[in-house]
Amino acid sequence: MTDKQKLFNSGILTEERPGAVSPPRDLWENKKNGLVIIECPQRIPCNPCHTSCPTGAVVPFDDINDQPQIDYTKCTGCARCVAVCPGLACFVVDLTWGDESKALMKLPYEMLPSPEEGRQVDCLNREGNVVAKGTIVRVTEPMHDKTKVVQVEVPKDLVMDIRAIKVV
Amino acid sequence: MRTLRETDVMVIGGGPAGLSAAAEAASFGCDVTLVESDLALGGQLIKQTHKFFGSKDERAGTRGFKISELLLEELSGYGNVKAYTNCTATGYYPEDGVVTCVRAEDEYFKIKPKKIVMATGAQERLIPFPNNHLPGVYGAGAVQTLMNVYGVKPGDKVLMVGAGNIGLIVSYQLIQAGVQVAGIVEAMDKVGGYWVHAAKVRRLGVPIYLRHTIVEAIGEQYVTGAVIQEIDERFQPQGERKSVDVDIICMAVGLSPTCELLWQAGCEMVFVPELCGYVAQRDRNMRTSHKDIWVAGDAAGIEEASSAMVEGRIAGVSTARALGRGTHEEHEKRLAEYHRRLDDLRGGEVGEKICQGLSCCTVDCWEV
Repeated sequence: MTDKQKLFNSGILTEERPGAVSPPRDLWENKKNGLVIIECPQRIPCNPCHTSCPTGAVVPFDDINDQPQIDYTKCTGCARCVAVCPGLACFVVDLTWGDESKALMKLPYEMLPSPEEGRQVDCLNREGNVVAKGTIVRVTEPMHDKTKVVQVEVPKDLVMDIRAIKVV
Repeated sequence: MRTLRETDVMVIGGGPAGLSAAAEAASFGCDVTLVESDLALGGQLIKQTHKFFGSKDERAGTRGFKISELLLEELSGYGNVKAYTNCTATGYYPEDGVVTCVRAEDEYFKIKPKKIVMATGAQERLIPFPNNHLPGVYGAGAVQTLMNVYGVKPGDKVLMVGAGNIGLIVSYQLIQAGVQVAGIVEAMDKVGGYWVHAAKVRRLGVPIYLRHTIVEAIGEQYVTGAVIQEIDERFQPQGERKSVDVDIICMAVGLSPTCELLWQAGCEMVFVPELCGYVAQRDRNMRTSHKDIWVAGDAAGIEEASSAMVEGRIAGVSTARALGRGTHEEHEKRLAEYHRRLDDLRGGEVGEKICQGLSCCTVDCWEV
């Protein structure tokens, strides 16, 4: 087994796969409020990303085990799926945020301590390594169910690496 | 044994399958008696702080303990359900169909039901290793009970053994409780649980050691560490032994169906590895070879709580039908709907194994 396959088998996404694709770059660059990235590379019986999507951007499932497919022309970056996904597998990335070097990520968060606006946090990659510092811009709890959606300003070149924050 | 209580449907076990079976049978007007050995109803659901998968029908996106509350709310709408907690069904007597029960320490009574749904759940498995008797070696269920039911932090640093859904989810919950997870060892070459659950803990810095196992617990009076080692294709330890400093070793190496009462009742039993142990043969509507006994949930084969709830519903409808309650159209309508949901839940990668197992213990129909 290759190292890549081993990593994937332990829960690290190593390349694009069905159910885990990034948005088309040209649309993404100018999309205010951002577009969603879903990393759901396994067929499992689960569809809240589709049923909760207010614009139909997560296209209807034929079978509940289907992996999410996204119509990026419809995604508004609202982050409802970020709040709803039981797998915490949805992330919104807004590349239009701030200056050239910055982007805004909307990440799910269910840990303590509570994230506070304005606070600096560690940005973690898929293996939990600290790859940058970020600043919390806004914290919401869309479903009022203790899953927070934290908006964090991060270095733009790391949006495909950062997948979690650690409030320190 | 003074009292003998009679009831239409006795449900043994008040977890997701039992509560669903009770609600369904009650909705057809059956008089239902439910016994639960724990102090509270809800079974494993009450410890589940994570959001469930599935579709809206199974309340996807809702946390497990909330689902338990919703089921209890549904049950409370029926005046014809009597639930006993802290009450264990201790035996089934085939000669007269009586179930003996003990409530708390010393209140014994008998129940004579017309039909029984066995929703007795599962038991945790353990694996042997030196010093596994030390305090600090826990089953994952106990860790969840301490943390999520009683609000007690079980320790400071944990080694998780097993990367199935339980091992992965409990690791995540331990981090939420402020416990450091030193690592997860998994004997297979990929995680057994949902990939997204693994990704959740990986991005918080938890290593998952595939093809590794625990070989020893370290400590005099209690756990102060663990030794892990790689294993080969035949699961034999090889290579370097690594020590990890932990004060908890949490075992999440699988479950086995709890089936003693089914054996006592003389139900046809069959060993199905995919369903994790001995299970009762059943027809599509969960009736066993004993014409008055149904089975549902983990007792019928280890699976997710979402399918356990649907199986419970199917068993509930089927008992009501056997008792002549409700109309043929209503039975058919509900059964078709529940079977559709079950098929959906089992359509994925993990469901393939379940379906294979079910094909070994499901009969077309019982000869009457």
